[in-house]
Amino acid sequence: MQIEQIEILNFLKRYSPFKELPDDLLHQTAMQVDIGYFKAGTPILRFGEPLQALHLVRSGAVETYRRNGVLYNRLSEGGIFAEQGLLRDKTVIFPATALEDSLIYFIPAECFELLYKSDEVFADYVEIGDTQRKKSGVLSDKNSNELMSSEVRQLIGRAAVTLAADATVQQAAQLMQQESVSSLLIVADQSKDAALVGIVTDRDLRNRLIAAGLDYQQKVAVVMTTELVCIEQHQFVFEAMLLMLRHNVHHLPVLEEGKVLGIISIADVIRYESQNSLYIVSSIFRQQTVAELQSLSTELASCFVRMVNEDANSRMIGAAMAVTGRSFKQRLLELAEQQLGPPPVPYCFLALGSMARDEQLIVTDQDNALVLHNDYDPLLHQDYFAALAQFVCDGLAACGYSYCSGDIMATNSQWRQPLRVWQQYFTDWIEKPDAQRLLNSGIFFDLEGVWGQVRWADQLNQQIRRQVKANPDFLACMARNAISRTPPLGFFKDFVLENDGQQNNSLDIKRRGTAPLADLVRVHALSIGCTATNTYERLLAVKAAGILPKGRADDLLDALEVIAMVRIRQQAKSLQAGRAADNKVKPEELSAFERKTLKEAFQILSYAQKFLKFRYPGGRQ
Amino acid sequence: MFYLKKQELKTDPLQLLSNNWQKTMQQLELSTKDARLKAFYQAGAVAADTALQEVSFVALDFETTGLDPVRDGIVSIGLVPLTLGRIQSSKAQSYLVKPRVKLNESSVIVHGITDSAIAQAADLELYIEPLLQALAGKVVLVHHLPIERAFLYHGVMSRLKEAVVFPMIDTLALERGFTQSGLKGWWRQLTKQSQPSLRLADCRQRYQLPAYQPHHAVTDAIACAELFQAQVAQHFSVSTPVGKLWS
Repeated sequence: MQIEQIEILNFLKRYSPFKELPDDLLHQTAMQVDIGYFKAGTPILRFGEPLQALHLVRSGAVETYRRNGVLYNRLSEGGIFAEQGLLRDKTVIFPATALEDSLIYFIPAECFELLYKSDEVFADYVEIGDTQRKKSGVLSDKNSNELMSSEVRQLIGRAAVTLAADATVQQAAQLMQQESVSSLLIVADQSKDAALVGIVTDRDLRNRLIAAGLDYQQKVAVVMTTELVCIEQHQFVFEAMLLMLRHNVHHLPVLEEGKVLGIISIADVIRYESQNSLYIVSSIFRQQTVAELQSLSTELASCFVRMVNEDANSRMIGAAMAVTGRSFKQRLLELAEQQLGPPPVPYCFLALGSMARDEQLIVTDQDNALVLHNDYDPLLHQDYFAALAQFVCDGLAACGYSYCSGDIMATNSQWRQPLRVWQQYFTDWIEKPDAQRLLNSGIFFDLEGVWGQVRWADQLNQQIRRQVKANPDFLACMARNAISRTPPLGFFKDFVLENDGQQNNSLDIKRRGTAPLADLVRVHALSIGCTATNTYERLLAVKAAGILPKGRADDLLDALEVIAMVRIRQQAKSLQAGRAADNKVKPEELSAFERKTLKEAFQILSYAQKFLKFRYPGGRQ
Repeated sequence: MFYLKKQELKTDPLQLLSNNWQKTMQQLELSTKDARLKAFYQAGAVAADTALQEVSFVALDFETTGLDPVRDGIVSIGLVPLTLGRIQSSKAQSYLVKPRVKLNESSVIVHGITDSAIAQAADLELYIEPLLQALAGKVVLVHHLPIERAFLYHGVMSRLKEAVVFPMIDTLALERGFTQSGLKGWWRQLTKQSQPSLRLADCRQRYQLPAYQPHHAVTDAIACAELFQAQVAQHFSVSTPVGKLWS
């Protein structure tokens, strides 16, 4: 196509995010550009003015300011400004003044919106912009998908209404009427820090009092529910919904560090509910056979792609995939128990690795194990649990979670042991650390109970925290392993550039990015006795503990998001193209912007590895 | 259009120029017979005391087969509307014109428009109407006014047998004024230094405007429009009356 605005087109071709645009969009854009000249010192945009165009510096220099007059950014040829205002309400947020005599290109708002909607790279660029904006932008909750991105605390409308356990049922009902609430939290006594002992809901009054024909002067403790299902305030709304579904309850107390912040009801969740992708999880529990479960795995892939397209961040996607994976396991275990009968002794099914960390993606091995009751007798019970493990692992494989190549699965009798044996395993690993052995067993240090006696998983986690503190050599070994896989230096043309100057065609972004980052963060987290398993949460705890140099934890948070999102986007692209997703990333498939941010992220990881080496020199062989 | 040297300009057909363009245009409307021209003159001109910020401009550039406005012809026309605040490059127009004389090699080298390119083009007569519509009521900006005015005058005269004139602002003449005035200009004249170059690209460089590939009609028109905005920003004000600048 021949266009008349040749100089404009040629200019756009030289600068991101325009040079990445496909030709037709680039031509369309060039044809819509208008131009203005601004003498040095003259204002270009004033705060609060209506905004009609994205501004691009053609020549000269421009400064943008915060409302309070503090410099926000300085831009030279090729720099864009006013994008934040366009993304919000089309008024000027950061006023701009010509620093030098400047020629400005105006790209009309409608054209900007078209580019923003139709071009992912452009959208990323204008949202994340430069390094400064990347820092504030990457982890911000820009997401429109409320259910996926909202944390439970946002649903809390008011403080929970509490009542002491020695009050009567009638008093409880009067209080509920007075406060117009459908549930009350029951506390041990009237004191300020009284322990939470139960919950009373409308349903309890109906079922346990009226239907049972009890006296209204009964103590409220008689009708309350004592097995409380609670949720932490930072968990996502969809997790609240899953909990309600799972336990068939309509109210969830919301906790912050063990203290009750408030209560959310199913009505609160329904108000937020809009996402059909969540139904996968609820439908998992309705499937009656492995074959039926298997049919859901294709929906899981499209759910993954949809979340990526809806701009979910890596934390949400990881959590959603992990919740789904956990639900598959839970349903498979229910089905196994239906088929094999009730277990002869209690057990706990463990998820390990990425699922335990809530960082599961679409391509994942099943890493799992069984913890059995100490009364387990191999002669009597071995067959049952071997069959149970086989059923679950085969079922998971059928649903797309391939068998673990390292044989870390409940089908391996080594990983199907009574609690005391597991306790001994961890004692051995921690007290007699061996780098080589820990390479293979490192995965057990991210564990979570998903079914059965999940408190055993907590016990094991507590044991780990306790023993690690007393055994510094263990952390030194873990640190050595954590730096064994290093990120590349960056990219050159269409190659992955290694630190020694070598060039490769592709990059395993899990091996060279997300995995070493998770390993590194695990070492720091274990060193401070942090109980979280999620890398993001571990990093927050590490940051709060102040063991990293100032600013490094924030850098790592950014790097984590950048690397994880590149991996996630690549997988989503493959799925959309009808290919199997993997962890391979080819530089030619990355945008200039992705390369730039990835390189920065790799650099941050590399610094962090050097710091880890410095903090844990040596380590027993 | 800067490859023309001043002494090569042979014709000065324009006797009726005055500063009162409003009145001139009204008179021309009455004396003109061609309907296209009549409509053009009817649109008229703004009053000479109109502030620059109130005026609608059009930047205009021609590429030609040579240097002689009588013998040579126009091969392309570039137009860009603008105001002091905004150059509407998105509304740029261009016409490829088939001249009545053969393209000569030296001009083809300049503007790059070849015989095959104009094979599909029509005679200027076909473009007179849209061109006049685009210019109607506007003040026209050019760099080196005598050329554009003479080529258009002769192009229209030879086809409609009537004259076309209208108010124009010459960015080259403005620039010459700036370089000759003031202490710097006075010193230059006193010491008989050669005048600085008034070529479009050189004028633009004085305002730190970017270098463009010259001799493409729309690019040159945009270049002229940008230069004008810079000149006004540096030397005039938004309230300067347009009559001070046009001729």
